[in-house]
Amino acid sequence: MAPPEPALNNDAEGGARNERMKKIEAIVKPFKLEEVRDALGEVGINGMTVTEVKGFGRQRGHTEIYRGSEYTVDFLPKVKVELVVSDGRVDDAVNIIVRSARTGKIGDGKVFVSTIEEAVRIRTDEKGELAV
Amino acid sequence: MKKSTLTGLAFALATTLLPAGAFGADAAAPATAEQMKSILEGGSSLRIGLDTVWVLVAAMLVFWMNAGFALVESGLCRAKNTVNILAKNFIVFAIATISFWALGWGMMFGDGNGFMGTQGLWFLSGADNSPALGKDYMSLNPFSTTEYEGVYSAINWTPVPLWAKFFFQLVFAGTAATIVSGAVAERIKFSSFIVFSFILVAVMYPITGHWIWGGGFLWSGNFRDFAGSTVVHSVGGWAALAGVLVLGPRLGKFGKDGKVHPIPGHNMTSASLGVLVLWLGWFGFNPGSTMSAGNGSAIAHIIVNTNVAAATGALGAMATAWLLLKKPDLSMILNGCLAGLVAVTAPCAFISVGNGALVGLVGGVLVVLAVIFFDRIKVDDPVGALSVHLVNGIWGTLALGLFYDAQIATDVAGLATKLTRWEQFLVQLKGVFWVGLFTFGVSLLVWYGLKVLAGIRVSAEEEVEGLDIGEHGMEAYPNFQPLSDRRFAGALVHPAPALEGQVSAGVGAVPRQAPQP
Repeated sequence: MAPPEPALNNDAEGGARNERMKKIEAIVKPFKLEEVRDALGEVGINGMTVTEVKGFGRQRGHTEIYRGSEYTVDFLPKVKVELVVSDGRVDDAVNIIVRSARTGKIGDGKVFVSTIEEAVRIRTDEKGELAV
Repeated sequence: MKKSTLTGLAFALATTLLPAGAFGADAAAPATAEQMKSILEGGSSLRIGLDTVWVLVAAMLVFWMNAGFALVESGLCRAKNTVNILAKNFIVFAIATISFWALGWGMMFGDGNGFMGTQGLWFLSGADNSPALGKDYMSLNPFSTTEYEGVYSAINWTPVPLWAKFFFQLVFAGTAATIVSGAVAERIKFSSFIVFSFILVAVMYPITGHWIWGGGFLWSGNFRDFAGSTVVHSVGGWAALAGVLVLGPRLGKFGKDGKVHPIPGHNMTSASLGVLVLWLGWFGFNPGSTMSAGNGSAIAHIIVNTNVAAATGALGAMATAWLLLKKPDLSMILNGCLAGLVAVTAPCAFISVGNGALVGLVGGVLVVLAVIFFDRIKVDDPVGALSVHLVNGIWGTLALGLFYDAQIATDVAGLATKLTRWEQFLVQLKGVFWVGLFTFGVSLLVWYGLKVLAGIRVSAEEEVEGLDIGEHGMEAYPNFQPLSDRRFAGALVHPAPALEGQVSAGVGAVPRQAPQP
């Protein structure tokens, strides 16, 4: 028996009893941020939190020289995009992020998905899916 | 200015300012003796006024160099130490003002022996009737024939009032003191720096200054230093070197394996602006040292020499950095400009403009090599103060001998020595030696004494957190602190093995001396 379709729209009881929300964390190259934001916006995903971070995976750093001494800078500037979406939209969102952030070169970044226990909208006390 | 020219001027004034019939005399009658006297007195006042204005304006430009130093030093150091560096640069001039007034001037310019002044020591209380040039200095002001009576005779040659001379010399003393602040930055205790600065300006700087400008033994031995490559810059440099050796390098600067970890400055805009401010200030520093406007030709020669050396210094450093280090490092170009300026400071009134350009160029090359050298021997100088002021202060002093031109020495400096270039060079070398021995030696004693009595270095924790918080309880950039500032040099780049696994508040590479609590 197929698992029940998760309800995407509001139901009378609201709340997060049946649906899981998912958190998507995407580390992308800084100049890709606008593209990612716009691409998500086109499908109606409009909220996100953005942090400036430094990091590296397989991408090598570069060498700089200051007053005669060389050093390598391993940590490269990246942007972390965090958003919480309802379960049904996760795959879409991840695909959109991956496609819009990709350049094909090393250092494009990664996307992580985790489960969110609860979400609350501060202004209205809405919980669960109504909050994301 | 030639005596005959001024006499001619006096005559021209008399005949043009007093039209025929002005005093009831007819067109053919010459002015009376009384009229001539009042014209000459008026001319003298005008002349003294003009010279005083020049000296004071030049002194204001030199004062402004304190802003330049503040901008350069804070720009080349980390954000977390900005308040401390600005505070040091600011307060050091206040300290210089008081200590030079209280004792420094008297020790430097008071009549005394070949070593130091002994008369009129305290608060310029000695007798003085400046401006009073007497017959020996008719070429500077033929209107003034009063003989000098006072105890600051070494500086009676400049036709301005005592306070004008004092103010001009004061800002020079302030410059020497502020040189030290750059080399000891990012780990010096604020209180110890204050005490050292008092002693430097009240005692050390005036003693060597007396030897050279105060009628002391180097002056009598024909040593020359027009605007202070030795008196100001080397003295600051030697004092700084002693401080840096007693203090030790910054945490994380040198790795155990001998690797040098760069600690980049946080604001190249500030550093660049600072050098431009200094460049402008030098237009007071060098030409102002004539301490008289003259007929303009001397100050014009000197200002051009000053500028060309700054330019070739910057170019020389840029070329050297580009060749040796693969990139034209801006901080090296900035240091190069300053190196050229420091180097031309002694010889600017003794050499041709062409040689001035050469002196600056060599200075620019030297400063890059010196920065690399000091790092290699594990002497940590965050802003290149030693490379700029000490190394090029010495180079400029020696260059005066190498490029000495008797005609220019007579016409521009008015301080010819009748020595050959080689003889002058040897005399310069002797002066470099004595000033170095004294300043470095006494500074070492003072720094070491302060270290034993009170400590001169902040704790390791404070050094990592930043002196702004530790010494001043405030931040230069609240709400905006780059993370990399709070870790060591090297923590966000390839760390030396000793640093790996350490908590960010811990201690990094072993400094030359253990940090003082």
